[in-house]
Amino acid sequence: MSFNARDRMIARAARDIQPGMTVNLGIGLPTKVVNFIPKDFPVCFHSENGISGVGPVLSNDDADRNLIDAGGAYVSPLPGTAYFDSATSFAMVRSGRLSLTLLGAFQVAANGDLANWKIPGVFAPGIGGAVELAQKARKVAVLTTHCDKKGRSKIVETCSLPLTAKSCVDRIYTDMAVIDVSDNGLVLREVAEGLTVSDVVAATDAKLNVPAGTCPTF
Amino acid sequence: MLLDKKTTIEEAIGRIKDGDSVMLGGFGVPGTPFCLIQELVRQGQKDLTVIKNDANEKGMGVDWLLENGQVRKLITSHIGLNARAVELKNNGSVEIEFVAQGILAERVRAAGAGLMGFVSDIGIDTEFADGKQQVELNGKVGLLEPAINADFALVHAQSADSFGNLRFSGTAMNFNPLMAMAADTVIVETESYVALGDIQPEDIHCPGPFTDAIVELSDLPEVYGVVQR
Repeated sequence: MSFNARDRMIARAARDIQPGMTVNLGIGLPTKVVNFIPKDFPVCFHSENGISGVGPVLSNDDADRNLIDAGGAYVSPLPGTAYFDSATSFAMVRSGRLSLTLLGAFQVAANGDLANWKIPGVFAPGIGGAVELAQKARKVAVLTTHCDKKGRSKIVETCSLPLTAKSCVDRIYTDMAVIDVSDNGLVLREVAEGLTVSDVVAATDAKLNVPAGTCPTF
Repeated sequence: MLLDKKTTIEEAIGRIKDGDSVMLGGFGVPGTPFCLIQELVRQGQKDLTVIKNDANEKGMGVDWLLENGQVRKLITSHIGLNARAVELKNNGSVEIEFVAQGILAERVRAAGAGLMGFVSDIGIDTEFADGKQQVELNGKVGLLEPAINADFALVHAQSADSFGNLRFSGTAMNFNPLMAMAADTVIVETESYVALGDIQPEDIHCPGPFTDAIVELSDLPEVYGVVQR
């Protein structure tokens, strides 16, 4: 995947963030979304270690040692930022105050099941805050490469890995496509510039419904 | 006049016995009571059950206790940044209980609020529900989440007065005020020790009746600083 393809999918995910949303960006690729939000855009980023109104990431030289996001990056406050304890932070999550969370994925299934925390026998560091974000944000989107490092589709008919949460994903952004999870399965909405619908269908393990007409590019 | 709870770090940590359960504040570096942990390593109490959000990184905080063989069980949400914790889990020498982060916070909060537990639907229909009692409430099925209390909580504060009214800084708050409510004995290390009345009553994050021992930190070791990655 080229640098441009990666940036393009992150920028595409950023374009769906609406004014007034409260958004949690998961660790990894999703945290990069903040770089594509216009300055002064009215959005409130939440970080589960206890901040609403997360400001830009700072260099180590400018960092406040007591101010990190959940991924450990040193961040800055904005006018209106609030700090709170971990119970309050997850009260905000579980009671549905997050408009959107963007999460990474190992696998997403055709019915919206998400697996992003454990590969049995290989990787099992604990769930952190992902299960509550996946289950309780009002909209859950996944931002991930279309295929894993071995070239296998991450978008599958049924997850073989342990689930983070069932039927939670609403939309998937990859380096190849934008895909919605509907009651009737996955629907291809957009393909990345330079790719065709057949490229995406061929690279996807799960069945993709392709609406009639020209598929928009991003 | 309110009781003066200031004491020495040796005396405060000396109250902990082998086999006790100990909550540690902190999410990553901010809010981790490194000096209190260091003293616990020096005194060497064994067979501890430790409750902390994460296992810190190798060479920091909880890792000192793991390296020194003082931990029997760790209740946590995530250990991914500490290769030693992963290894000790895999070879079975430390028992790890994983709890979803907000459920961990709420189980601690419940203990601090004098409750026996609560019911939530987090993790339902996944392996997180394994071994948990199902409860039907208002026509919905949830999981019973028991409160987590502990013999001790070790807490890091930005400022404290002699009665143990506390304030925290930025994201160093995290689990600290919750754990300060949930343990039988609460030991606080503070960066700034202030006179009674210096913190305005409205500005107190954790009221003194929850805390038991206050230790003033003289210098902050480098481990509290910005992590150079």
